[in-house]
Amino acid sequence: MAAPYTMEELKAWNDRIVAQVEKFGLDTYPQEFEICDHEQMLSYTVYSGMPSHYPHWSYGKGYEKLKTLYDYGVSGLPYEMVINSDPCIAYLMRDNSLLLQILTMAHVYGHNDFFKNNFTFKTNRSEFTLETFKAHADRVRRYVEDPSIGLEKVERILDAAHALGLQCRRNLAIRKETPEEQQERRLEEAQPSADPFQTIHRRKEYTAPDLNRVPLYPDEDLLIFIRDHNPHFSNWEKDLLTIAHEETQYFIPQMETKIMNEGWASVWHKRILESLDLPQGMQLEFMVRHNQVLSPIPGGINPYHLGTKIWEDIETRWDQPSAEKEKDHGPRKKSGKEKVFEVREVERDSSFLRRYLTEELVRDLNLFEYQSRGGEKVVSRVADTENWREIKETLIRNVGMGTVPVIKIEDADYNSNRVLFLKHYHDGRDLQLEYAEKTMQYLHQLWGREVALETMINDKKSLLWFANDKLGIKPFH
Amino acid sequence: METIFRSYDFSSAQRSDRSAGDRLRHRQKVYEAIRQNIADIIAEESIIGKDRNRIIKVPIRGVKEYRFIYGENVPGVGQGGSEEAQPGQVIGKGKEAGQDRRAGDQPGVDYYETDVTLEELIEIMFEDLQLPYLERKHLREIEVEQQYKRKGYRKKGIRVRLDKRRTARSRVKRRKATQREEIISFQSRRFPFHQDDLTYRHTVSDIRRESNAVVLCVMDTSGSMDTMKKYLARSFFFLLYQFLCTKYQNVEIVFIAHHTEAREVTEEEFFHKGESGGTFISSGYDKALEIIHQRFHPTLWNVYVFHCSDGDNFESDNPAALQAAKQIAEIANLFGYGEIKPLGSGYYGNSMIQFFSQLQADNFQTVQIQRREDIWPSFKVFLSKDRAREETVL
Repeated sequence: MAAPYTMEELKAWNDRIVAQVEKFGLDTYPQEFEICDHEQMLSYTVYSGMPSHYPHWSYGKGYEKLKTLYDYGVSGLPYEMVINSDPCIAYLMRDNSLLLQILTMAHVYGHNDFFKNNFTFKTNRSEFTLETFKAHADRVRRYVEDPSIGLEKVERILDAAHALGLQCRRNLAIRKETPEEQQERRLEEAQPSADPFQTIHRRKEYTAPDLNRVPLYPDEDLLIFIRDHNPHFSNWEKDLLTIAHEETQYFIPQMETKIMNEGWASVWHKRILESLDLPQGMQLEFMVRHNQVLSPIPGGINPYHLGTKIWEDIETRWDQPSAEKEKDHGPRKKSGKEKVFEVREVERDSSFLRRYLTEELVRDLNLFEYQSRGGEKVVSRVADTENWREIKETLIRNVGMGTVPVIKIEDADYNSNRVLFLKHYHDGRDLQLEYAEKTMQYLHQLWGREVALETMINDKKSLLWFANDKLGIKPFH
Repeated sequence: METIFRSYDFSSAQRSDRSAGDRLRHRQKVYEAIRQNIADIIAEESIIGKDRNRIIKVPIRGVKEYRFIYGENVPGVGQGGSEEAQPGQVIGKGKEAGQDRRAGDQPGVDYYETDVTLEELIEIMFEDLQLPYLERKHLREIEVEQQYKRKGYRKKGIRVRLDKRRTARSRVKRRKATQREEIISFQSRRFPFHQDDLTYRHTVSDIRRESNAVVLCVMDTSGSMDTMKKYLARSFFFLLYQFLCTKYQNVEIVFIAHHTEAREVTEEEFFHKGESGGTFISSGYDKALEIIHQRFHPTLWNVYVFHCSDGDNFESDNPAALQAAKQIAEIANLFGYGEIKPLGSGYYGNSMIQFFSQLQADNFQTVQIQRREDIWPSFKVFLSKDRAREETVL
């Protein structure tokens, strides 16, 4: 099928878009577009957009699932796929109409700006993204081809690493302390606190901290901890764990800013296209497509829609503050535009929602909270004066890494028997036990000895203990 | 800032099926999982008696990707449609129906369904059997009337097989090869065929071996055989039939139902028609022998006889049954007796298994089936007899 546009047309439109991008003050990496067909798009979707990625059967599974859904028309493919790298690479679907390509390109520039400026992405070395993934792929392939290792063994480690990969630190902007720094902190903390009345108080006793404890402070990077503390690993095994860990770290910013990022890109594609003076036919198609992308999903959350609403709300509130606010806080020091550019730099989804999802928005968006009861989703709270805060809190807990339970390694020598002891930081949400069992099996496999996990089950403190290939549950005090 | 566009490259797109390896590996994992659970899958009622090309959904475990996730008591946030959502309103299905499953008292079972054709499933089944020499089994083959097939060309042969076209062609070749000399000498010389030009078709006699097998399913349809027992019997016959289909070119199946008398019936009748009355096992065996002698002579057919009963035979018939069983064992490749006693059916009547232990034959095997899960293991045991015999042959 011949494409309904020529490359020259695309380039011409791109030049006009870039002019607008610069006019609006977006600050982007150099952009590259690649035209691909639906098969390639499927592959890119499955391999997170990476031109080179290490092999693992789970991607084959993902591909087959996606292809089935696509073939049966259950779900469409994304119009675009963009990866955070410098230069920023985006894929355009060949069969899309010219308008869709224009819309997508404008949208991509929004993401591009966000990638370059949001603080969560600062930990990524985006100029090395492609090279890093390529190097990972090459290394994994080498291990697979190595006759002394082979596919089975590599897969065993990767399966376990995939299961545990998300159990890692969430806020990468905070630097992880080295063991030496942790020791220092331990020693400092052990010092009795300064007492202004020390002349009349009895002197607090100094108890020496236990510096032999491993880890000194609970550690959230499970893969890295196990890599460094299981003495039986060979180098290739350590390397596989590192690869899996680094890959998750790369994607955490994406997960943590889904709503902001999509909202941001949608706001800008709308403005850019509106300023392009589209011919009438295209203008109509633009409105149809734009509304499709931004229509709310009843019963779910459309990040494009939610994000756009909040961004627009921030800008209006800062541009036209209500009289009430003016009275309380004095005149606004920033324009709406300055404000949104600042917000796109310093927030992540959870803080973004916490600070800028107002009561009015919760009500306008008709948000509600649901709970499952007897296998059905039942509405439990609707947006009214008493409940909107709870709804907001629930939403915040369900964005980004909030959907991943916080589990930290507390002690690597539990019961003085090198049992790996972990603790689930329970926030009212219980673990899914079948999954917990299987995941602990992987943990057990990597650690090589018994593993124990403290959690809450139905409000009771419990200890899941994985030994002898099965999981035991006992009450815990 | 220059934006780079890379246009669509058709040839590289055709080549870039990058997920092929991972898909293959996933598929292998699915098959592995099926293989591990084959006994359970085969015990599933839905599979028995299906057409071979039919696609069936098989629940499998072990290809799920596990990680720590939250369970059911987790509230979520959704966005309402045009109308206001009301507290208590049901908006859809939860993550998992039947959340009441008690946690922890049983190992996690995680179902993931996949489509396989029955054909593939049967292949996996027989791989699981691990019968290494079976392919080389000494089959009783019939040499079908000799036919001839062409096999190359020769310079010698009988006149009727002369290939005129090739003969003419080789003459032309020879003429071309001598042409230079021809120009020097006289122009239009006669150029006759030479002995060397003659080419004959060569034929070899072709012996096509045809292997035939007949499965005689003998079942007790007396009043004591209830639906469950019949189902177990049916599963067993089904496996046997499918198995033989993979080994022989031509498999016939005969159903014999017996109570105190035996008769040949259709499949439909065999499995669905209930009868009543007592049991004379010998009647079934005699009928089987009769059919074998009439229609499936053992020199031409591989005979497999399998008999399912609940072991409740009429006492006085036992010697006659043993006698007939001996005769069958002599002529059949494999003769099996399956005693079906579902758990909880209560123990009544005799067990023929004990009685049949008097029958000393290599190719005779008794199995006891109590539950659905027993079908596959007993089937394996049954076939192991076949293997033992074949090893002595080799």
